[in-house]
Amino acid sequence: MPRLSADRQHSVRFELNGREVEAQAEPRMLLSDFLRHVLAMTGTHVGCEHGVCGACTVEIDGMAARACLTLAVQVEGARVRTVEALAPGPGRLSILQEAFRRHHGLQCGFCTPGILMSLDIFLRAHPAPSEIDIREYLSGHLCRCTGYAPIVAAALDAAEKLREADIIG
Amino acid sequence: MKPARFDYIRAETLAEAHAALAAHGGEARVLAGGQTLLPMLSMRLARPGVLVDIMRLHEIARYGIERDVIRVGAGVRQAQLQKMFELDKVQPLLAKALPWVGHAQTRARGTVCGSIAHADPSAELPLVLVALGGEVELSSARHRRKVAGEEFFTGPLSTARADDELVEAVTFPSRRPGYGYAFREFARRHGDFAIVACAAVARTDGARLAIGGVGDRPVAREFAQADRTSLTEALDAFSWELDARDDAHASAAYRRALVRQIGHAVIMEAEQCRV
Ligand code: FES
Ligand code: FES
Repeated sequence: MPRLSADRQHSVRFELNGREVEAQAEPRMLLSDFLRHVLAMTGTHVGCEHGVCGACTVEIDGMAARACLTLAVQVEGARVRTVEALAPGPGRLSILQEAFRRHHGLQCGFCTPGILMSLDIFLRAHPAPSEIDIREYLSGHLCRCTGYAPIVAAALDAAEKLREADIIG
Repeated sequence: MKPARFDYIRAETLAEAHAALAAHGGEARVLAGGQTLLPMLSMRLARPGVLVDIMRLHEIARYGIERDVIRVGAGVRQAQLQKMFELDKVQPLLAKALPWVGHAQTRARGTVCGSIAHADPSAELPLVLVALGGEVELSSARHRRKVAGEEFFTGPLSTARADDELVEAVTFPSRRPGYGYAFREFARRHGDFAIVACAAVARTDGARLAIGGVGDRPVAREFAQADRTSLTEALDAFSWELDARDDAHASAAYRRALVRQIGHAVIMEAEQCRV
């Protein structure tokens, strides 16, 4: 059985935003630090580092997860998506990101990457959520700027636009 | 906040996990979903020398109905159990309590057994286990044994598990005909730790009420079929027995008041849900 010793770097291979990546990490390295410091993917933010604020939320194997509550070595072989994967191309925004811009769903933007990842996953599984569903789901995130109302409005708007796009597409 | 150094063992079979725990005992911690352990590591409230990751063990990544219980293996995540087909019919109390466990983003990774093994006095799943009279299955290289939920929790964050043992599964009794189930909790914000959490199981001849968040572990009491006045008195006595303490979140008196009020409400609700 694989045993990774504490004071050495170990190679971790996983799929990040559709690409196979391999990099080195000590066992104690958090996925949030691994993404930011080793892989230079700084879109994922780090607020509390103990699972409370949601800023570090990424997608692991199709589910929303806290990167700060995951060790880098745990994602060996997993599929990870981060906020960098949302935009369909350079200079373009996803439907959800567009909605955040329209509704001023962000001010300082610190909480935004985590909230976008959570909502991106949520709206895939729940195309027609109620405002209550969204608020309950967002309880896993802290935003100190917006007061949440514009985030909820953006999420509802994005859900509607995504449904329309689905019908046309 | 970063965890201190530890060796990381990725067990690939149950026997390997047992061997690792036998070799390292109290120095080791089991890593499952990590949603409680990782914050403890980062805050350095726990400094294990070795982590034994059990999430690659296929033999414990299952749940299912076995005779009159739902058996949930150590690798089953909370979100998985929440999606079990007709969970609200199989065991309504689990279906009612699971949405209160952390947030959707932590239930996606946190395991059912992990929450029980961690034994936070205000956590929902230990409360449900005690309310239903479920059991914890422990296994090690030496032996395997079953412990009743009520005996498993021995204090805040402490359990009857020996250092070399793994919580391999927990069993929740399935819904019984003629029983009703209800769950409520009070917290400042949805997903926060409960200030008081209550689970009730109503039968024809009375009800069982379990309380979390007040004492140092979840506690259950039987209440005989009673009129309103005697139930109120019994709840008042129970609220004093729980040894509530003042802390930053709520005073002891406030907690006792919540036990009386919410306790009464869940018993009534469970009574109405009897089918
Ligand atoms: S940084 Fe991960 S939840 Fe706050
Ligand atoms: S936009 Fe500043 S914290 Fe949310």
